[in-house]
Amino acid sequence: MTEETTPLIELRDVKVHFPIKSGLLFDRTVGYVYAVDGVSLSIRKGETYGLVGESGCGKSTLGRGLLRLVEPTDGEIVFDGTDVRALKGEAMRQARRRMQMIFQDPLSSLDPRQSVESLLVEGLKAHGLAGDKAETNRRLRETLEAVGLPASALSKYPHEFSGGQRQRIGIARALVLNPDLIVADEPVSALDVSIQAQVLNLLEDLQNERGLTYLIIAHDLAVVRHIADTVGVMYLGGLVEEASSDDLYREPMHPYTRALMSAVPVPDPVVEDRRERILLAGDLPSPTNPPSGCRFHTRCPWAQPTRCADERPELRDVVGGHRVACHFAEEIAAGRIRPHEVEVELVRPTDGTGPVDPPGELIPTP
Amino acid sequence: MSLLDVRDLSVVFQRRGERPFTAVDKVSFTVEPGQTVGLVGESGCGKSVTSLAIMGLLPKRGNKVTGEVLFEGTDLLRLRPDDLRDRRGREISMIFQDPLSSLNPVIPIGIQVAEVLERHQGRDRKQALRESRDLLDAVGIPDPQRRLSEYPHQISGGMRQRALIAIALACKPRLLIADEPTTALDVTIQAQILTLLKQLVDETGTALVMITHDLGVVAGLCDTVNVLYGGKVVERAPRHELFAHARHPYTHGLLNSVPRLDSPRGERLHAIRGSVADNIPWAEGCAFAPRCDNVVDACLEGPPPLEPTAGGGDLRCNNPVSEEVAVR
Repeated sequence: MTEETTPLIELRDVKVHFPIKSGLLFDRTVGYVYAVDGVSLSIRKGETYGLVGESGCGKSTLGRGLLRLVEPTDGEIVFDGTDVRALKGEAMRQARRRMQMIFQDPLSSLDPRQSVESLLVEGLKAHGLAGDKAETNRRLRETLEAVGLPASALSKYPHEFSGGQRQRIGIARALVLNPDLIVADEPVSALDVSIQAQVLNLLEDLQNERGLTYLIIAHDLAVVRHIADTVGVMYLGGLVEEASSDDLYREPMHPYTRALMSAVPVPDPVVEDRRERILLAGDLPSPTNPPSGCRFHTRCPWAQPTRCADERPELRDVVGGHRVACHFAEEIAAGRIRPHEVEVELVRPTDGTGPVDPPGELIPTP
Repeated sequence: MSLLDVRDLSVVFQRRGERPFTAVDKVSFTVEPGQTVGLVGESGCGKSVTSLAIMGLLPKRGNKVTGEVLFEGTDLLRLRPDDLRDRRGREISMIFQDPLSSLNPVIPIGIQVAEVLERHQGRDRKQALRESRDLLDAVGIPDPQRRLSEYPHQISGGMRQRALIAIALACKPRLLIADEPTTALDVTIQAQILTLLKQLVDETGTALVMITHDLGVVAGLCDTVNVLYGGKVVERAPRHELFAHARHPYTHGLLNSVPRLDSPRGERLHAIRGSVADNIPWAEGCAFAPRCDNVVDACLEGPPPLEPTAGGGDLRCNNPVSEEVAVR
């Protein structure tokens, strides 16, 4: 195998379930939030993997589970040949040097009382890399330069920077440890449009210079398409489609991906006027009580009687590495199944977390 | 006569001991009946403050609003508070970004819709609730009868935004101001809400002022687009004209800096350098000059005027991007 094809990290059937506790004295577990429910994927060295999905689909939980910032319930996470889940204490801590994270909101992920220097040195110290003062100093300056900040930034505090610059500090903090894998959870969604491009370009430059591997988690399909080589689409805790970025955007095969793609507004009136929208009915079902069979069948305009509701589709290779979790992917692509109207099912934010009082009536129904 | 004619609207925030800050700087635009007008810009450009000033919703203290907001010839800024309240919610209404914080959490949704009808149309509670049910049905809320007695926390974000739209449209206003109505929502829900807004605007003939940072939303919805930067309108054009030939370097840069679903991959994004913090005050020149690639000496000698262009819009720039340079 060449270096290009070796997976740096591989997830096998990873599950993250959060228990829902109830009761005053004894915490009874009354149910689970199935945040991530059986995801398998692999990311090659030097590749950018984009994970997209709407809020509540489990994409962030998967990113955190991968670094064991939340403990996965089940499954295997193999990073460069070692099973991360089997690592304990000190070994895990050391493994983290090679897997770093960039968070969405730089203001809340940077300690307001720490100067930039102290923010960056903290990680180095934790990994015993801050021994030589001159060497540390050189490393800090180099990292700041790489993310496009002046060396004078070292003595400043996070609040003295603009949003884009703060995100650069967040990137510098991840970068200073010289990691192999960076998990970026919504790295640009808190930034203004004109600043987003700066940060995206920076991430690309850093990858080219240092051969980094990225897992980019985002809800913005256009951003993910731009930066990722491979894209995985998540819906309600599971991957529904995975393909190379070009394939996925040229021909989305899962009904959910199609709907998602058709919903993204394009800043071009000519395109906007003639494109067809696939409008999904209703909201995302609650992950505490996911639908049976295919998770998407309750909102799917192509859903077919009984099989979609009974049998959970596997993520299978449909054409040349294009993996889709849909029983009827080929039929839909060939146009043999036509979309139909979907009855809206009401989704409650409280679904499954306890008894919901039946609502009373304000006007008596005739 | 235009439905809404905003003339030289300025909002200056003044806190004791601090320098006054001009959030909105002599903004003028018009809205014709049934038209959809976009106000686009990034955070801090004054788009939301403009809408709050039009609605008279800015706090009484700490700011100074000047200019004219003519709604069918009546200046809303000079109206007595009682008269303004009679119009707000009946003739002009507004939808906000975050539906959870703009709905009252302790009052059932039905009552919140009904109270608009009671206040403005003089309906009694029973009749108002009956109409509320039809309104909730019209905005696509399933099982509206039962929703009437539910509280905002019991329904999802998309449904809340629908409820808010029902409240805003209850009295069939002639003007609806939507301030980032879909920013807090997921894309598939955003598509639902935008489709709903478009459909309601078409059906009722309501004029819409759409305030957003998302150029994609504007592209599919607005007839005319105003681009704001640093509190001033820097470019105004019909939407096809704006997206095909953006003349202002800021608009041009903005269009080039967003990754698009339909553009070829692997191209580098053309970022606008610097950030809003680099702006200079308009009195000293063009606020965008420090970030602009087209900057010329005249840009630092005072604010450029807003001048009409051949394409039917207006432009505030000394050295605009040539018309031949297409976006991307």
